[in-house]
Amino acid sequence: MNGLIHSEYPRETADYTHAGEASADIKRKLKQLGVSASVMRRVAVASYEVELNLVIHSDGGVLSLDVYPDSILLVSKDRGPGIPDLEMAMKEGYSTANEEARALGFGAGMGLPNMKRNADGFEIESEVGKGTEIRMSFNING
Amino acid sequence: MTIQDMADVLHARVLIGKERLDTPVYTACCSDLMSDVLAFVDEKTVLITGLTNPHVIRTSEMLDLKCLVFARGKVPTDDILEGADELGMVVLHTKMTAFTACGLLYEAGLRGVPVPAEWHQGGSVS
Repeated sequence: MNGLIHSEYPRETADYTHAGEASADIKRKLKQLGVSASVMRRVAVASYEVELNLVIHSDGGVLSLDVYPDSILLVSKDRGPGIPDLEMAMKEGYSTANEEARALGFGAGMGLPNMKRNADGFEIESEVGKGTEIRMSFNING
Repeated sequence: MTIQDMADVLHARVLIGKERLDTPVYTACCSDLMSDVLAFVDEKTVLITGLTNPHVIRTSEMLDLKCLVFARGKVPTDDILEGADELGMVVLHTKMTAFTACGLLYEAGLRGVPVPAEWHQGGSVS
């Protein structure tokens, strides 16, 4: 299936200044395509959460957007360090965020559960020492 | 309730969006934790916060929020105000603490954003 849009956004560790710019750009692109406000908001929230995770927790990685006629795919792939206990990481309120992230208003342990809640499809794979890949899909028609 | 009504209750200064004060307000959320805001707030909600970093605007942008209230005399930076203006938001500033601001808004009839049912297990109301 041919994609309408493919964009990649590299994110670096602790780059809090630019965190959110990728998600803002993704939201703008979806708006230009005429995606409905509710779907756009779900994608934007999930995208912002995963983008923040790349900045807060990862050793750097890439967030990518693919838009197809019927669906939107967000993929976050990082270079490590990997999540030792995925089951705990998926629980609301569990967080390993540092003080810097918490001072900005993040690290409440809502990120992964919130991504799962907003996406129509959610898959996460992680290996300590290698990295984490999160794939989220959204149906364009709600 | 409109944003103008809120501004009156809070004796708030309007920093951005004077021409948008007739926007209706449905629910409110008070938090400095953007993680929580992202998890359960929707576009009909006013955010009352004491946090003044640019992620308040980023969070608002993702959620399509229409109004921000900075409590306890916190003044947001110029880049926050410019961002809010570009997004078509209203930004209010009150010297009241967040607690007092919320109490007065509740008394005036505004209620909290609906939260997931499982959060009600203790029998509290929003």
